[in-house]
Amino acid sequence: MADNVTLTIDGQKVTVPAGITVLEAARQMGIDIPTFCHDPELSRPGACRICVVEIKGWRNLPPSCVTTVTEGMEVETESEAVVEARRTILDLLLANHPQDCMTCQKFGDCRLADYAYRYGLKKTTFVGEQTNVPVDESSAVITRDVNKCILCGKCVRVCAEIVGRNVVDFVSRGFTTKVSPALELGLGEKEAGCVSCGSCVAVCPVGALTEKNMQGIARPWEVKKVKTTCPYCGCGCNFDLNVKDGKVVGVTSNPTSVVNGRHLCVKGRFGYDFIHSSDRLTRPLIKKGGKDGDFVEVSWDEAIRHVASRLKEIKEKNGSEAIGVLSSARCTNEENYLMNKLARVALGTNNIDHCARL
Amino acid sequence: MQLYRAHVLVCGGTGCVSSGSKKIQEAIVDELAKQNLDKEIKVVETGCHGFCEMGPIVIVYPEGTFYCQVQVDDIAEIVSEHLVKGRIVQRLLFKAPLTEEQVPSYKDIAFYRKQHRVALRNCGHIDPEHIQEYIARDGYEGLAKALTTMTPQQVIEEMKKSGLRGRGGGGFPTGLKWEFASKSPGPKKYIICNADEGDPGAFMDRSVLEGDPHSVLEGMLIGAYAIGADEGYIYVRAEYPLAIKRLKVAIAQAEELGLLGDNILGTGFSCRLHIKEGAGAFVCGEETALMASIEGSRGMPNPRPPFPAVKGLWEKPSNINNVETYANVPVIFLHGAEKFASMGTENSKGTKVFALTGKLRNTGLAEVPMGISLREIIFDIGGGIMEDKKFKAVQIGGPSGGCIPEEHLDTPVDYDSLIALGAMMGSGGLVVMDETSCMVDVARFFLNFTQKESCGKCTPCREGTKRMLEILQKICDGNGVPEDITTLETLGAVIKNTALCGLGQTAPNPVLATLRYFRHEYEAHINDKKCPAGVCTALLEYKIVAENCKGCGACARVCPVGAITGEKKEPHEIDTSKCIKCGSCIEKCKFNAIVKG
Ligand SMILES: Cc1cc2nc3c(=O)[nH]c(=O)nc-3n(C[C@H](O)[C@H](O)[C@H](O)COP(=O)(O)O)c2cc1C
Ligand code: SF4
Ligand code: SF4
Ligand code: SF4
Ligand code: SF4
Ligand code: SF4
Ligand code: FES
Repeated sequence: MADNVTLTIDGQKVTVPAGITVLEAARQMGIDIPTFCHDPELSRPGACRICVVEIKGWRNLPPSCVTTVTEGMEVETESEAVVEARRTILDLLLANHPQDCMTCQKFGDCRLADYAYRYGLKKTTFVGEQTNVPVDESSAVITRDVNKCILCGKCVRVCAEIVGRNVVDFVSRGFTTKVSPALELGLGEKEAGCVSCGSCVAVCPVGALTEKNMQGIARPWEVKKVKTTCPYCGCGCNFDLNVKDGKVVGVTSNPTSVVNGRHLCVKGRFGYDFIHSSDRLTRPLIKKGGKDGDFVEVSWDEAIRHVASRLKEIKEKNGSEAIGVLSSARCTNEENYLMNKLARVALGTNNIDHCARL
Repeated sequence: MQLYRAHVLVCGGTGCVSSGSKKIQEAIVDELAKQNLDKEIKVVETGCHGFCEMGPIVIVYPEGTFYCQVQVDDIAEIVSEHLVKGRIVQRLLFKAPLTEEQVPSYKDIAFYRKQHRVALRNCGHIDPEHIQEYIARDGYEGLAKALTTMTPQQVIEEMKKSGLRGRGGGGFPTGLKWEFASKSPGPKKYIICNADEGDPGAFMDRSVLEGDPHSVLEGMLIGAYAIGADEGYIYVRAEYPLAIKRLKVAIAQAEELGLLGDNILGTGFSCRLHIKEGAGAFVCGEETALMASIEGSRGMPNPRPPFPAVKGLWEKPSNINNVETYANVPVIFLHGAEKFASMGTENSKGTKVFALTGKLRNTGLAEVPMGISLREIIFDIGGGIMEDKKFKAVQIGGPSGGCIPEEHLDTPVDYDSLIALGAMMGSGGLVVMDETSCMVDVARFFLNFTQKESCGKCTPCREGTKRMLEILQKICDGNGVPEDITTLETLGAVIKNTALCGLGQTAPNPVLATLRYFRHEYEAHINDKKCPAGVCTALLEYKIVAENCKGCGACARVCPVGAITGEKKEPHEIDTSKCIKCGSCIEKCKFNAIVKG
């Protein structure tokens, strides 16, 4: 097979590596083809059909996300037939969608709303049955509104292919098809097996899966996104803190994260309420006034000097073996290495362990 | 080997079993024993004859006398009259529908006369649970010939020469398909048989599996040899317990004789076959969904390419064919590709089995040469329309097909001509409709089926068929508006163009075809609020024709809602605001004074 193929997309000739899809080729040229079910990290179902294009000589309108480029192919990404098909597909999706964008947590970051805007679809032209099931609030961290689901299947694939939990899958057939945990359990029910990692929330293109704790707190465009490293463990996952009015109101994935991509665990994604907790220690405390004395805020300098002198005293009086060091799995490897040096070289003890063993 | 002077064949197909053939068989065995004839006359349980409507069916050989609708009470008479005295029991013979003439022999019955049985060659003639009976009818000779005298490439060439096209719906040339799979590199390949048979009303695959399972095994083995597979699956719907049982027996017997398993016929070629039971989803008949189902996943189609020949079951090159396709294969190797290709038309060779249903005098399975006209199938084999009503349309290809009206009945039936008419060969379902069928209602029926069976994966099929169905429902309810027709056409076209698999791509066909040939019926529903066939209850009005009404009051007495009033011996009247259109009155009136419309 040749290494490169040359094809025409929207009248422009382009040479791309063989084996890539029409969608990828178009993206390389800066042509934006809409997608719902496609995700570069996941397997490709070719399900939603919003990405269809017209290819000269082809019988149907093929989905660009699963169509491989071939030499001499002539592709139109916004032809009349393509636009009609996309509008129809959007129309059909809207026909079975609550359209309560006004209060929807996803509004502003919603592909369905964005594409409806792009293709000028004010409202659906079909009147008929709509899915109407109770919103699943059983999970402590995720709100699951099946009525808004467009069945792109990304949550199914991310949970199976990346998280490895296989919590949700398609159930039923025809118009009644839904994505659901086994036996139509609530996501929060123990038997459902969900670990609340929120990877499914990160990939959902619409408001069907949203972070519960952001509900009603901030619109996507109101927050400042600050990229940071997770404080919980040595993995070093990156994500965006969502900051509104100087307060962290949520965590969202940052796809540029080198270590973790969009994937996080429950602690990183949902465990940030300690930041603004009134119980949180932000300065070192030293107990002053003997055994029954009180903790008093001191400077870091004083605190470190205090610890160093007490350790020296103990070592001199009772020997190195009297000292034990417990380090943390929340530190990085480098920090734990330094702690080990401190224990063995400076303090002279081999009594060193870490919290994850407990 | 024991020789018998006569054989009594009792049909053990699912149709006849449900009309009581098991009891008939027992009764014959008992009666023969009672009359001390069990050493001279053998009873054989066979597969389906295709004429299930006339079941239970018993055939007596050597004469080939065809007894139908046999009851247990008839057995003593058959044995003493026919088998002892040689006198045919006239009253149990099949009666020709028009002439009422009794037809003694199998071959002379109009239903069979125009048939040409290739795939069904052994069905009804052999005991499917005895491999020797299959072998006696030259079974496994085609396999032996292929394995011992031909290379895999020669087998493929022979298949290509035969012109056999897939009988599962798409009509793809089988030889070419085998060639693709054979050219795919890899040490592990699979041969798969699609026995999911989900089209409503179709039962040709079941009949082959029940009546002649070895023909399918033999076809699969020849295919496995051609593509280089050493393992295979037969995907059968679990609703076919008898077919599954017979397949199991057949596999065990073939293994025992060295015709299946390791080192087949001592040639060094090995192939094992497994049975996988499907749970009865129509979409699992789609090849990629079927393979997903074998792998243990939810049966949902996947985009092609990659085609199964490149990446199939467990990502290995695989070849998948339909039951009837495989059943044709041994014949090609037994008699040669030229002989096979001499049947049928230029681009559609051989025969096709159709399941005739609907308003026909004779219903059942009929295997006919390709190129026969629809008129011959319907009026000669099918015996014409029941109760001498007027023919209106024939739906070919099940829920993926379309309706064909009277003016196209002389079209020769083959893959391409049917597509040109907006229908499809499909698996060979053929539903005949008369003037009492409403074409909007028919379209709604099929769309309701496809919508319910849609796997839900892609948007146009899952959501689009739902909206088309709702519009059809609205039209049947008398709430249609003229724009609905345009919406059906444009939406139907988008679904056809954008759906992922064949189910969605063909789901609009019944609607588009009826719009093509019976648009006036849609318009009558929408513009005049009338259902010309008198089917859509919401659009019907019951009226009493005063001239015909004798004022007997029978209608008034039967009306459950008291909608009919009138003086004795005076014409009665129906209060249409009260009438619930149950139709009771029309049945009761002896003077045909009540009309609906
Ligand atoms: C929705 C759907 C249902 C199908 N069901 C069947 C079936 O029940 N049996 C079958 O043989 N083919 C069925 N097919 C066709 C198969 O996908 C496939 O084309 C066929 O098994 C190939 O065999 P053939 O080449 O021998 O026809 C179905 C296709 C679709 C799209
Ligand atoms: S999911 Fe999107 S389209 Fe649906 S209500 Fe929310 S913002 Fe609107
Ligand atoms: S939160 Fe994580 S484990 Fe739970 S369903 Fe979503 S992806 Fe799966
Ligand atoms: S919940 Fe979201 S990600 Fe999952 S299928 Fe529905 S729309 Fe797609
Ligand atoms: S066309 Fe229908 S059955 Fe086929 S994949 Fe799409 S939704 Fe499923
Ligand atoms: S159709 Fe039924 S309800 Fe109407 S008048 Fe006749 S009997 Fe009464
Ligand atoms: S993005 Fe291509 S089919 Fe969904």
